[in-house]
Amino acid sequence: MILEAALLGVAAGAVSGMLGVGGGILFVPALVLVLDLSQVDGEATSLLAILPVAIVGTWRQHRYGNVRLGEGLAMGTLAAAGTVGGVALVNVLPVDVVKIGFAVLLLFTAFQMMRRALTADAEPKPEETGS
Amino acid sequence: MPRVSRNRRLELLAIGTAAGMFSGLFGVGGGTIMVPLLILWLGYDERTATGTSLAAIIVISAVGATAQAVYGNLHVDDGLLVGIPAVGGVLLGTWLQQRVSMRVISALFSLLLTALAVDLVVTA
Repeated sequence: MILEAALLGVAAGAVSGMLGVGGGILFVPALVLVLDLSQVDGEATSLLAILPVAIVGTWRQHRYGNVRLGEGLAMGTLAAAGTVGGVALVNVLPVDVVKIGFAVLLLFTAFQMMRRALTADAEPKPEETGS
Repeated sequence: MPRVSRNRRLELLAIGTAAGMFSGLFGVGGGTIMVPLLILWLGYDERTATGTSLAAIIVISAVGATAQAVYGNLHVDDGLLVGIPAVGGVLLGTWLQQRVSMRVISALFSLLLTALAVDLVVTA
């Protein structure tokens, strides 16, 4: 069971590094289904597990020249109200309706990303930073 | 906040708020929201979007974990059990990412979003 959880952790980290996400999509099932935490405790603990992954991932990507540190940290800081709000909601409300809504949104985004992947001239637009 | 224009700050506020809500509600980093929006809306390339997303996730996960700690929901030992091996995984993932095309990253990201959408519906 410990080995299984650790292997899911390695996989979560690989997905995180490859795709720039936290890895929660694998951390939460590892904590809830393998380590028997409740759903809310699993989601809470996933956030803790994500922290070292994000730090090391940012360090590596920074070395590869792929991080706009100012914008990234600004975005994370500006997200604070949303994050605290989300944590408060999940602790007081059933979130099933929210889940369905997000699922629809994710499918739409998946379609956009796949179209981009399959389009021959998917060149990135020029930068418009004000820095 | 350093070296970020007012207009860009509003855009980052919008993306960050959506990502933060998603993170707090589902215990994820919020990268599934940030990466596509950085690419499709702000014109980042795939590698810069994923790298910058990770920087934002440092702050988001720290804030989220702290808020969850206040509710008494954190299991630090279990978090370390999955989080420490994951550091090895992220070294591998970032290394691998430099060796595939941007298009492969977008295609894999699309599959991740689809998997997450299915997961949300199944567990709803």
